[in-house]
Amino acid sequence: MPSATLLGQALISGVLAGGMYGLLALGLSLSWGLLRLVNLSHFALAFLAAYLTYELGTTYHVAPWWAAAMVVPVMFVIGLAQHWLFDRFKVNELASLLITFSFAVILEVAIQLYWTADYRRFETHYSTLSIKWGAFYIPVLDLVLCLVAGVLAVGTWLWLRKTYVGKALRAAAEDADIAAAYGVDHKKLAYLLSGMGAAYAGIAGTFIALIQTLAPAQIWVWLGGVFAVVIIGRLGNPLGALLAGMLIGASESIAMAVLEPAWAPVVSFSVLIAILLWDPEWL
Amino acid sequence: MAVNAARDLPKAAAAAAIVALAFLPMAKMPAFYESFIYLIFFWVSLSTSWALLSGFAGYFSLGHAAFFGVGVYTTAALTTKFGMPFLVTVPVAAALAALLAAGIGAVVFRLRRLRGELFALLTLAVTFVIATIILNTPIDGGGGVFMSAVPLPDLMPTQTGTIYILGFAMCVLTLATAWWVAHSRLGLGLFAIHDDEDVAEAKGVPTFRYKIAAFALSAGIAGAVGGIHAMYVGFITVAGTFELTVGLYVVLMSVLGGARHWLGPAIGATAITALLYAFISGGEAIMGRAIVGLILIAAILWLPDGVIPAIQAWLKRRRAAAVTTRAAVVPVVAAAAPTISERSILQVRGVTKHFGGLQALAGVDLDVHEGEIFGLVGPNGSGKTTLINVISGFYPLTSGTITLDGAEIGRDPAHEIARRGVARTYQIPRPFANMTVLDNVALCATFGGPRRSKAEMRDEALHWIGFTGLGGKEEVLPAGLNLHERKFLELARALAARPKLLLLDEVLSGLNPTEIDNAIRLVRAIRAQGATIVFVEHLMRAVVELSDRVAVLNEGKLFALGKPREVMRDPRVVSIYLGKAYAA
Repeated sequence: MPSATLLGQALISGVLAGGMYGLLALGLSLSWGLLRLVNLSHFALAFLAAYLTYELGTTYHVAPWWAAAMVVPVMFVIGLAQHWLFDRFKVNELASLLITFSFAVILEVAIQLYWTADYRRFETHYSTLSIKWGAFYIPVLDLVLCLVAGVLAVGTWLWLRKTYVGKALRAAAEDADIAAAYGVDHKKLAYLLSGMGAAYAGIAGTFIALIQTLAPAQIWVWLGGVFAVVIIGRLGNPLGALLAGMLIGASESIAMAVLEPAWAPVVSFSVLIAILLWDPEWL
Repeated sequence: MAVNAARDLPKAAAAAAIVALAFLPMAKMPAFYESFIYLIFFWVSLSTSWALLSGFAGYFSLGHAAFFGVGVYTTAALTTKFGMPFLVTVPVAAALAALLAAGIGAVVFRLRRLRGELFALLTLAVTFVIATIILNTPIDGGGGVFMSAVPLPDLMPTQTGTIYILGFAMCVLTLATAWWVAHSRLGLGLFAIHDDEDVAEAKGVPTFRYKIAAFALSAGIAGAVGGIHAMYVGFITVAGTFELTVGLYVVLMSVLGGARHWLGPAIGATAITALLYAFISGGEAIMGRAIVGLILIAAILWLPDGVIPAIQAWLKRRRAAAVTTRAAVVPVVAAAAPTISERSILQVRGVTKHFGGLQALAGVDLDVHEGEIFGLVGPNGSGKTTLINVISGFYPLTSGTITLDGAEIGRDPAHEIARRGVARTYQIPRPFANMTVLDNVALCATFGGPRRSKAEMRDEALHWIGFTGLGGKEEVLPAGLNLHERKFLELARALAARPKLLLLDEVLSGLNPTEIDNAIRLVRAIRAQGATIVFVEHLMRAVVELSDRVAVLNEGKLFALGKPREVMRDPRVVSIYLGKAYAA
């Protein structure tokens, strides 16, 4: 059994790493919960954004925050374009899953053709910075990531709860026809939400570029864990996505400390399967 | 004779193809061709097995690689670590994969919130879990497994020939299984589950059992295919076996060819394998992946049902003039004098039903006598439809008992209740959208009524189609019926099950006065044939004309019970309908 300090450190890094799960889950949860579209290409978009950030940073020496300011709007537009396709062909949930899966494969191929299958690392002087807190180390980048994810999740949650647009979106998710009869312009809102989802993938991508090592096949590494997070956090619930992300992050990290690192993928799915079987009221 | 010859031609061609393909390895062609054709067999078997559950019943699995992989590693582990003969390991691989699927199914098919895309992701998750377990245990251990030392049986002159013939046998077996399932009771039930699972259950399809059976069969075949493929691959790794694209390709092939048709996946698999091979041999494997992705997108957008159904629809349009089936028109005879016994066929005792905090039924007691027409009325939200849903088993009881013909049915699953002789209609018709009128009715005769031959079921279905005045519409899909015809289709489906107790939920709403007169005559004729009828209705004229007794529900409780005219004149009843001012 590892020491208490090691477990504490595992818990802290796990919760912070869970911020990435939460951030990636955010966009996915919104489109699945509110538009009934399952977007598997979300991960591929995040990696496209990560590679763009990397390219801007290494070739043109653009700082990551400026890169994000350029990449995120591009992602927003890609989200709009994707939604145009779904809208034009009246795609249902299952078809959206297959189509975005294929789209992700195509993006993976495109990334591999341009950046090759080799590992890429975007080195910055702050990538290894950390704050010492008692016996524990807190990596700065992960902390910033969690703060950003927290602000986005709470902001989106408030937006959905408190504003007219948010309420209209939730009404349209319940029953698009009835909402339309009461004057909700569902189509425009759906485009906005799809664009936002892709933009969130862009923001996540910036952090992936800074924190992770990039390789085209890495796109699929996140898939299982993030879907577990989306389902545990409840579809369409931004706060749930963030909290579930931290739960999964912490449990994986502790599992890695107690068992062997290679067992980590089993953890998120075991948590998911356990929660699905438990079937609590809030799910 | 000419017709017979035309009909036997596909059979003769299939037989000739099987013989020719079986003896192909004797021709001593280059191993390269044998490998290529083996790969086609491999993908045909794998995608066809996927379609047994996912295509037929509509539960898309993205985790077919999990079952395939279990097969690969079962054979790999048993041959290399335990020295078991290769051919013996193949059935073991199939059994293990089937067992895994049955286990997963027994858990996930119980989830009441299980929707299609959740199933897809759960199966995907299972793939990751199994891959991780195999990678981290001595089954693989991370180094991969070499199969080169495992002896192959000498079925053919060459090694590749032997693998070819095994793949071919697997392929024929899989297609035969798919054909058999598609034409069996199981397949009929799976197609109904695909269209509307709740209705399928209410019509007597044991949905839970059928889904597990299809899942286990599908996984079992994938496991056997994996066992054979282990020998083809030679060097087995977790990354290669559980590759995400395996799950993607089987979906793509099936969707492209037509996942609801037994031969559809085979067509798609042949086309895609040839295409991929063209790219790989051209050194463009990576581009091949992207192009397969593009084709899948295009196929889903423009050909959502697949190639075979598209061809079938086209052929059908060409032959539209020649209607092959026609139901005899059965004149609706005036009802004989009713024979109502004092014996109660349905006893409802203290039945309550809560939805969270809402009490829809608050302790209802009712007795319905054999042979009577029993009207159920009450204001909106009084619990009429809930009572129908509880009796037919769609909602589980919160408390109380329901007895049919002396047997307690309150806690039985809906399909058991249907088999005991309870049939129902839906207020808003819910036909199986992809089945013709004839198939819709025949399905209900098959699963609701006594066991009979296929021809007898068909005659039974035709009888009730004629009885409800739908003659001439046998080959039409429900989308081609108007509301009035859909309501009568609901009736025909319920009657084909030969129910003891028929529950009618607002069959008259939305009909015009002539249609209502017809429907009333029909209900009388149904009773004259010996069924007991409980019907929910808002139309007072019909309630008074038809029912022998009327029960009034209000706020989930029995409010009044008696002869229709007396009950309807009761000032208390008038007051709950129209407010107190009218009661005086």
